[in-house]
Amino acid sequence: MKYVPLMWAMLWRKKLRTSLTLLSIVIAFLLFGMLQGINAAFQETIERSNVNRLIVTNRIALTESLPYSYLSQIESIPGVAIVSHESWFGPYYQDPKNLIVAFPVEVNREFRAHPEIVLPKQQIDAMEHTRDGAIVGAGLAKKYGWKIGDHIPLHSTIWVKASDGNSAWDFDVVGIYEEPSNRTREDAMFFNYKYFDEARTFGKGTVGWYVVQLRDPGQSAQIAATIDKLFANSPNETKTQTEKEFQQAFLKQIADISLIVTYILFAVFFALLFAVGSTAMQAVREQVPELAVLKTLGFSDTRVLVLVLLQALVLCVVAALLGLATANFLFPLLRDTLGVVKMPLRVIVEGVVMATILAAATGVIPAWRAKRLVIVEALRS
Amino acid sequence: MIKQILAVTAMNLRSLPQRMGTAWVIVIGIAVTVAVMVSVLAMAEGFTKTLKGTARLDRAIVLRDGSEAELASTISRENTQTIMDAPGVRKDGAGRPIASAEVVVIVALPQKKDGVDANVTMRGIGANARALRPEVNLIEGRMFKPAVREIIVGKSAVAQFKGLELGSRIAFRDSEWTVVGIFESGGDAHESELQGDVETVLSAYRRNLFQSVSVMLESPQMFDPFKAALTTDPTLKVSVERETDYYAAQSRNLSKLLNLLAYFVGGIMALGACFGALNTMYTAVSTRTREIATLRAIGFGGLPIVVSVLVESLLLALIGSAIGSAAAWVFFDGNTVNTLGAGFTQVVFHLTVTATLLVSGVFVACTVGMLGGLLPAIRAARLPIASALRAN
Amino acid sequence: MSAIVSLQNVVKTYTRGKQTVEVLHHVTLDVEEGDFVALMGPSGSGKTTVLNMIGGIDHPTSGEVVVAGERIDLLRGGRLARWRANNIGFVFQFYNLMPMLSAERNVELPLLLTSLSSQERKRNVHVALSIVGLEDRTTHKPSELSGGQAQRVAIARALVSDPKLLVCDEPTGDLDRATADEILHLLQVLNREYGKTIVMVTHDQKAADFATHTLHLDKGKLVDEPLRTEA
Repeated sequence: MKYVPLMWAMLWRKKLRTSLTLLSIVIAFLLFGMLQGINAAFQETIERSNVNRLIVTNRIALTESLPYSYLSQIESIPGVAIVSHESWFGPYYQDPKNLIVAFPVEVNREFRAHPEIVLPKQQIDAMEHTRDGAIVGAGLAKKYGWKIGDHIPLHSTIWVKASDGNSAWDFDVVGIYEEPSNRTREDAMFFNYKYFDEARTFGKGTVGWYVVQLRDPGQSAQIAATIDKLFANSPNETKTQTEKEFQQAFLKQIADISLIVTYILFAVFFALLFAVGSTAMQAVREQVPELAVLKTLGFSDTRVLVLVLLQALVLCVVAALLGLATANFLFPLLRDTLGVVKMPLRVIVEGVVMATILAAATGVIPAWRAKRLVIVEALRS
Repeated sequence: MIKQILAVTAMNLRSLPQRMGTAWVIVIGIAVTVAVMVSVLAMAEGFTKTLKGTARLDRAIVLRDGSEAELASTISRENTQTIMDAPGVRKDGAGRPIASAEVVVIVALPQKKDGVDANVTMRGIGANARALRPEVNLIEGRMFKPAVREIIVGKSAVAQFKGLELGSRIAFRDSEWTVVGIFESGGDAHESELQGDVETVLSAYRRNLFQSVSVMLESPQMFDPFKAALTTDPTLKVSVERETDYYAAQSRNLSKLLNLLAYFVGGIMALGACFGALNTMYTAVSTRTREIATLRAIGFGGLPIVVSVLVESLLLALIGSAIGSAAAWVFFDGNTVNTLGAGFTQVVFHLTVTATLLVSGVFVACTVGMLGGLLPAIRAARLPIASALRAN
Repeated sequence: MSAIVSLQNVVKTYTRGKQTVEVLHHVTLDVEEGDFVALMGPSGSGKTTVLNMIGGIDHPTSGEVVVAGERIDLLRGGRLARWRANNIGFVFQFYNLMPMLSAERNVELPLLLTSLSSQERKRNVHVALSIVGLEDRTTHKPSELSGGQAQRVAIARALVSDPKLLVCDEPTGDLDRATADEILHLLQVLNREYGKTIVMVTHDQKAADFATHTLHLDKGKLVDEPLRTEA
C-alpha cells in the first residue's frame, strides 16, 4: 500500500516511546503464547485421543484392578476388534525422582490395539521370546542413553517380587518404539505381563485396566454400556469410557488450568490496554499539527481516521507476532516439566485476533479525535 | 542539599495530578503484576501449608521401603505389630501404643461443582487413631463404630463432594456406608478425607495388607532410636520418616511448579511493567522539560532532579503494589482450590496471602519503580539547559 | 480572463463562550486567473480568515465563496477534501513539513490521494523539486535543510498536483531578508512563467511589491476599491 511509508514514519516519530510500547506488547504476547500454548496443547492431547478405543477401569477407581478373566468376556462382545490390557507398574530408574511410565502388557495384543505405535516386527518377536524383555520409547531411550541389548535395573514403588521380597525388577531392552503422531508419548516402556504376573507377590491374575479397540467408533456408547452391564453387580464392577473422555476427566482433576490461565491473561490484557492506550492518546496529541497539514492537503477526515487506526494495528500486530514467535521458540523448553512439545498453530491465530482487538480498543478514541480535528484550530495552536 | 532535594521533589509531586493519564500506566502495570504473583504464590503457600498442616515433630510415619507414598506401600499385619511395639513409641493410659496401622483406598464421587467424578481418599484408621491425632475434632455427629460400615468425613470433603452430609449413604464395594460424623482437623489434608475403621475397610476391599503405620513418639528426640530399631530389624523392610518431612516431600512437586509459575510469569510481567514505567517516566520528564531546565538554570543541582523523578516513579509503583496486593487478598485469601494430591486424590487447600508475600510484592514494585525511573531521571539531570528552555 | 476566486458578501463570526466576535464583515472581492495577489492588513484584520476561506479550510457564516467555478461554501467533508486536493496548494509560514519524511516523500504526499502509479508519482515529485531548484536535496529530512530550502520543499509540495491556485500564509515570515527575497522571486516565476494564480497573506510591504495586486483588510473589512468593475 502506498500509505505505508507515511504510516511507518508517523509511528516512529518518537522512536523511544514506540520502541518501549512495542516491547510491552511483545512481552504480553510472549506470555500469551506460552500460557495459552500450554492450555491449547493439553486440549489437543485430548482432541487427539482415540474415539474408537475404550478404557475399561474398575468402577471404584483407576487404582483398583480387574480380574484377568474379564478379557475373554469382553473379547466375545460383537463389535470389539481387539482387547488389550495395561497395569500401573510405577518404577523409577536409579533415583526415586526418575519416575518412568511403564506397563506390563501382552505384546501382540497391545501393539495391535495401538496402531499408532511404530516399531519393527522383529522387535515384537524378540519381546515374545525374552521373558524380561522391554520395549522403550525413543524419547525415554534418549533420555537415559539406553540401547537395544542394554540391561536396565528398575525399582517398582508398588510391586514386590515374591522370589526375594525385593522391589527391584530387571529388564533387557529388546526394542525401541516411536509414535510419530504424538511425540510426547515416546516416553513409556512396555514389558511382558507374564513376567510381571508370575513374579509379583500380590495381585496375581489381575490387570489394571482394559483397552478395547472397536471395529466401528460409532458404536462406542453402545459397547461401553454393554461392557458395564456385563459386569454390573459383580464384585468388580466396571466403568467404561472412550479414551478421550478418560483423558479429559484425568486432566481436569489436575487443575482447572484453563481458568487460571484465563485469569492471568485477562489481567495482563487489562494492563496492556492502559499502557498502549496511553501511548496512542499521547501520540495523537503530538501529531495534531501533522494531521492538520494532511487535511489541508486534501486527506479527508475518514482517511485520517484510518491512518491512525492503521498505525495502531501495525504496531500491535507486528509486536504480537514477535512475541508469539519468541514463545514458539521457547516452547520446546517446557518439554521436561510439562510434556508438551509444540505450540499449536491456533494460538498464533488467536494471538493475532487479540492483537487486532487491542489495536481497535486503544486506537478508536485517538482515531476519532483525529477525524474530528478542525484544521483551522489545529493550525492555530 | 537536602532542602533542594525536598523542594524539587515536592514541586514534582504537586504537578503529578496533571500527568495522571500516563501515571496510571505504572500503577496498573505493577498492580496487575503484583496481583498475579501474590495470588499464585499464595496457592503454593496454601498447598504446602495444607499438606504440612498439623504435622508434628513427635509423630512418625512408617512405609514399606522404597515406596514414596502410602498408596504404593504394603505392610503385613505382623509387621505392623512389630512397628507399634518398637522403642520410643508413646503408650496411652492403658499401656497400648498410641499408633495407627492404616490403609488408604480411593473412591470416586461426584463433585458438587459439576457433577463429574473425582477421586477422594478413604482412610481406614486404627483403634487408637484418636489419641494419635488429637487435632481431629468431630463437629457433627459421632465417631464410627468398629466392624460396622460407618464413616466420618472431613469438612472439606463435605464441601467438595455430593452426598456426604450427615446420615447419607454412599455405595461402594458391594455395600452401603453411612456417614455418621463430620470432622475438622486444623485445615490439613485429612479434612479432604473419608475415614473408617481399618479392619472394616480391609475386609470390604478383601485385603489383608496395611499400607502405613503412624506412631506418636515419646518425644521428638526419640525419632532416631525408633528409626534405628526398625531399620536394623531383619524382618522389616521399611522406611521411617518424621511426619513433617513426609508431608514436605509430598507437596514439593506441586509447590515447586507453582513457585516456578509465579516467578516466571511474574518476572515476565514485571519486565513488561518496566517498559511501561520507562515510557511513563520519559513522558513525565519531557512534559517537565522546561520546568527542569529552569530549575537548573536557577542553580539547582542534578541530584535533586534525579531524586524527584525517582521518588515519583517509586511512589506510583508502591501505590500499584498496594492495589495489587489488596486485590489478591480480597479475591483469593481464604479461597479454596482443589487439585490432585500425591495419592491421585483431590486435596482441598486454602490460599493464604501472608505478610511475606505482600513484602515480595512491595519488593517487585520497588525494583520496577527504580528501573523505570532511573534512566529518565538521568536524562532529566543532563538536559542541555539552553535548548530545553526553548522547548514547547 | 475570468475571476477564479469570488467572495460575495462573506461574513464570519466566532463565538467564544458568551462573546460573539465578527471577524469578517460583508467582504466582497475577486481574484482573476493569473493574478498574484497580496492580502495585507494589521494583525486581527481577518486576512488569514479570508485566505482560509479561499483555500477551503474554513467556511463563512454567511455569503458565497466561489473558487475555480465551485461554490465551496456548500461543500462538506470528503467532497471538500477532494476538491482541495485537486485545486489548491498550501504554503505555510512555518513550512509544516513532516519531520520524519524525506523531502521527496513530503512532496509526494498530495499525490498519494491520486491514482497515479508509484513511478508516475516519483516523476512528478522530481519535476516539482527541479522547478524549485532542489533536485540534489531530495533525500534530506527537514531538519537537515535550511529555512529557505524547507520552504522550497513546501512550495514543491504545493505545486506537485498542479493546482489551480496557490494559497500562501506569510510564506516569508520565518526567513531572513535574503532568503525571503529568493522565495518571493520563486513565487513570481511561478506566476509569470507558469501562469499560477497566487493569493498571499503578508504583513511585509517588500513582499507585497512582488505581487501584481494588493488588497488591504482592516477590522474585517476590505478598504480598497473592488479590483474590477462589472464588465
